[in-house]
Amino acid sequence: MEEKKPLRHLIEIRDLTVAEIDSLIALAGDIIARPDDFADTCKRKKLATLFYEPSTRTRLSFEAAMLELGGQILGFASQDSSSASKGESVADTIRVVEGYADIIAMRHPKEGAPVLAAQYASVPMINAGDGGHNHPTQTLTDLTTIQREFGTLEGLTIGLCGDLKFGRTVHSLIAAMVRYPGTHFVLISPQELRPPVYILDSLARETNCKCTESRSLDAVIDSLDVLYMTRVQRERFFNEADYVRLKDSFILDTDKMRGAKQDMIVMHPLPRVNEISVAVDKDYRSRYFEQAKYGKYIRMALILELLGLRQ
Amino acid sequence: MKIDEIHNGYVLDHIRAGRSMEIYRALGLDSLDCTVAIIKNVPSRKLGKKDIIKIDEDIVLDLAALGYIDPNITINVIKDGLLVEKQHLKPPAVLVNVVKCKNPRCITSTEQEIDQIFRLSHSGGKDVYRCAYCEMQAGTQ
Repeated sequence: MEEKKPLRHLIEIRDLTVAEIDSLIALAGDIIARPDDFADTCKRKKLATLFYEPSTRTRLSFEAAMLELGGQILGFASQDSSSASKGESVADTIRVVEGYADIIAMRHPKEGAPVLAAQYASVPMINAGDGGHNHPTQTLTDLTTIQREFGTLEGLTIGLCGDLKFGRTVHSLIAAMVRYPGTHFVLISPQELRPPVYILDSLARETNCKCTESRSLDAVIDSLDVLYMTRVQRERFFNEADYVRLKDSFILDTDKMRGAKQDMIVMHPLPRVNEISVAVDKDYRSRYFEQAKYGKYIRMALILELLGLRQ
Repeated sequence: MKIDEIHNGYVLDHIRAGRSMEIYRALGLDSLDCTVAIIKNVPSRKLGKKDIIKIDEDIVLDLAALGYIDPNITINVIKDGLLVEKQHLKPPAVLVNVVKCKNPRCITSTEQEIDQIFRLSHSGGKDVYRCAYCEMQAGTQ
């Protein structure tokens, strides 16, 4: 009798080893090269997308990923269109949905909601973003982009710019990249939007990597291999006045790009508001739309991995 | 000041001065019928000043709560009027329902009847506890 594989979830990026991340990126590369080979790998499998918060890229890329693997999708796109609006708990929702789907991707505005969901789920659970906390599948997308651009994830200088406090993609990207030797993080943010203490602690513990902070993008842009811009997360502020004061802290425009290396790339998890001027889209170093495309392929790889369907 | 000896129970010694009431509340000592003595600001060679709590009943002590509030406490176990054991605490690896997460963005702020779980971590060379859900440090928001 075949031994049943242990149930695996992806709640935070540290749930995957470096070798597993590298292997997923390689599998995404195989899917990009030979999509037809994977067309029916998830036949008769269903993905539930439970999105308590709005999303364009993450939800649609998850759904496109499952459809391209030959599977089916179900779910909801907002809290208002689910029983959460009637007061149903996350724990109860998961115990119901796991009866309808083989794998679940959940986005929730509260931090740690996927940790709770995983305690109740008997099918693989994927964190598709929890408040300002973590966003591990965006990180897989980011790592895929960097790997395909530079051919390595080691020894790179990565500038993280904008809202580093509530920017969940930044938190997950740091947690992933600290494990690649020689990474130099340059944290560029206003004082009020520095990363949370637990992130700074994790950086201080690492001997593999280096971290510096700057309040000015101009002062450091010439040293960067990757500039990762982020939006100031309006929905995480309790006070609108604070948001208004901080929202235009860093705007990347063509003037600033003149100071960057010729082979630097600009990334952004999107959506952007105004932190990257539209004129920068035409710069040959901008990669954010390619980055969004890779999101579908790496999520295909992840679904195959968590369902134990890798060929 | 004379406080009667206890027969079966505990003497919690070497409590950092001023923390005894916090321990009194955390252990739910207000609900006991037995003699409970709180002695504050006792001169101590080691600590300068310390608090002591005496409990004259063999209750189940919440060692995790004690270890979280003050890991330097010594627990003296008393049976039939005699000291039979001295226990030294260490910071517990996990706290369950000892402290509440104060992060208003944490799932524990809305989900019904969820256990409040904190894990031991380190920050700036110090032991700290972080919420198992949102990773916020206990006592901060």
